Amino acid sequence: MTVFILSFLMLLVGVHGVLTRRNLIKVVISLTIIEFSIFLMLALIGFISGGEAPILDAGISAGRMVDPLPQAMVLTAIVIALATNAMLLTIAIRLYKKYGTFDIRRINELKG
Amino acid sequence: MEVMLSVIIGFMIIASITAIYAKDLLSAIIAQGFVGYGLVICFLILRAPDLAIIQIVMETVTLIIMVAVVLDSSREEFDIMPDKTQGVTIAASFLFALVLLIYFNRAISGLDRFGNHTLRMSEAYVTGAAEQTGSANLVAGVLWDFRGYDTLGEATVLFTAAIGVITIIRLVGKK
Repeated sequence: MTVFILSFLMLLVGVHGVLTRRNLIKVVISLTIIEFSIFLMLALIGFISGGEAPILDAGISAGRMVDPLPQAMVLTAIVIALATNAMLLTIAIRLYKKYGTFDIRRINELKG
Repeated sequence: MEVMLSVIIGFMIIASITAIYAKDLLSAIIAQGFVGYGLVICFLILRAPDLAIIQIVMETVTLIIMVAVVLDSSREEFDIMPDKTQGVTIAASFLFALVLLIYFNRAISGLDRFGNHTLRMSEAYVTGAAEQTGSANLVAGVLWDFRGYDTLGEATVLFTAAIGVITIIRLVGKK
């Protein structure tokens, strides 16, 4: 149960970063930390103590394997997280080229 | 097993706090890389080699993009000046954390204890997947066969994001 609470603490650290930082790159880093904590949580749910990796081989019975379903879902989510991170960073660099700063307090003119 | 995982997750939490409070953006990015590669070790301990491989690739690509963005712009972090509405912000943050805690408590009470997970839906995947899909790797079997439409959607999101990146980063539009 400790590991679940620790991964929840990591999610709270990421939320704190999103809420308090004023730098766009720091906000992107905090979002990445939130993503990591959720991947960790989902991978922790499917774990069976003493289980093997879900790859069939001679000598490994199907009964002692960790759950393959959360792993497949997290794999999808990791790739999507990479795509969204790349897009966020692209938007950040375009905003820097336009305003000359990463400070979100000074990027507030939403005029064309 | 749980102690080992707890130590690594503790290091990851310390690294994420360092990343959030670092004065230099480059060191913040390196600390974020520490969190990502710590996650790789966690996946290896949790017997998820596919996740570890994809996480290494994803973390490396993200680090390269972030370092390229920061080197192309500025590295400085600003001082956070206390503003007038700071009390409201702190109260709202605590309220938000409390709501998250309630939802976490509700989610965690329905789960099995760590390490005693019972296979419910994936029982059929584990027992019959090798004959049905022909794949010895059960994760690949689930990903490409049982839930192939999910993977199709993932590829759609990936290409949409690539088109978005190209569209945003292009300086001169076509006529």
